[in-house]
Amino acid sequence: MPEDKNLLSTLDWQVHPPYLHPAYKSTTKRSPQHDLTPIKQRLSDLTGPAYGEGDVAEIDADLTKNAVVNGEAIGERIIVVGRLLDEQSRPISNALVEVWQANACGRYIHKQDQHDAPLDPNFKGAGRILTNANGEYHFTSIKPGAYPWGNHHNAWRPAHIHFSVFGRAFNSRLVTQMYFPGDPLLALDPICNGVPDDKARARMISSYAHDVTSPAWALGYRFDIIVNGTKQTPFEIH
Amino acid sequence: MSEKLAQTPSQTVGPFFHFALIEDGENILINEHTQGQVIRLVGTVYDGEGASIQDALIEIWQADAAGIFNSSEDPNHQKVDPNFKGFGRSDTRNKGQYCFDTVKPSNSSLDDNDQAPYIRLRVFARGMLVHATTRLYFSDEANQADPILSTVPASRRTTLIAKLERSQGVPTYRFDIYLQGDKETVFFEA
Repeated sequence: MPEDKNLLSTLDWQVHPPYLHPAYKSTTKRSPQHDLTPIKQRLSDLTGPAYGEGDVAEIDADLTKNAVVNGEAIGERIIVVGRLLDEQSRPISNALVEVWQANACGRYIHKQDQHDAPLDPNFKGAGRILTNANGEYHFTSIKPGAYPWGNHHNAWRPAHIHFSVFGRAFNSRLVTQMYFPGDPLLALDPICNGVPDDKARARMISSYAHDVTSPAWALGYRFDIIVNGTKQTPFEIH
Repeated sequence: MSEKLAQTPSQTVGPFFHFALIEDGENILINEHTQGQVIRLVGTVYDGEGASIQDALIEIWQADAAGIFNSSEDPNHQKVDPNFKGFGRSDTRNKGQYCFDTVKPSNSSLDDNDQAPYIRLRVFARGMLVHATTRLYFSDEANQADPILSTVPASRRTTLIAKLERSQGVPTYRFDIYLQGDKETVFFEA
């Protein structure tokens, strides 16, 4: 039996939103009602898909350039940086970070988004990045616009970028959304407010990062992501 | 000793992930040289009212036919089948149905000796603020002694068994997923 410290910590349910959050209407029919079944961990729980240089291209990390047809993508350029770490502050290197978002007008390229806002022929809104040896990622994009959705009357999603990340194991997996500081729509958003704890909610909001801002070019934002990992502290790893 | 960092909270994957997360062929874990018994894994995802969910994302992770994971955590990983991916993604745009072409895994040295063959599976969707994780077993395998199935209440165990629907040609196993309701699938802490 694996020593306790070699095991993965589970999702921290003090942090994550519940499955059922009635204010977010579609959770009503899509939320499991039984408690999650506890499962004793085995060493196989430490396995997971791994990625390397061949899995991403440099241009995958530049959403202002990776779908250009006949001009520049429209909108405010942003540079987003951050570190992917586990709970023991260990960087997760060579991790796949996938991001996607609406354009500057708040319109997704996805066919099912029929929001009455212009599409940008030079912007797709999808990117892929591999974290480096320090667990760092960075990508360039356009600041997404807010968009209306049908959850309730006059409902608008705050500007957000979707993130999908893999930690070192299949069970170290997070799909989340990055928000922007000072957005007045955050207080009104049932998806964001599905996270009950104030401090946890604040961790989904990026910080403006003037040190990342590129003069005359793009504003910088920082968004660190913490996923579950093994319980070993860095001092215990040989 | 450094203080533990708090996890970043989960949010829904939303309805518009396909253009970013689904690549052609990501649901095919094999090629013509893959070792072992090739199988097709299908299933429909249902909500609490029995309606099919056409905007779900399904991910699977498993060992190869010899029971080796394509992961540096597996001490045998140098011998993993190079023609097998181990990880796959499928959407459910086809009337709520997902589909994977994979192989039946064998027991891994990283699992208990009496572990029956299984595949880890995860569901994401609009209306799910957090993903749900489960594992499927095979109806034509001896699952009685499986250490994890035995901890599941007997009345709910069938929700974890993929049923062999067709054995001529490529065996097809059906594993429907019920997010809610009488037939709600067992989801595990992960």
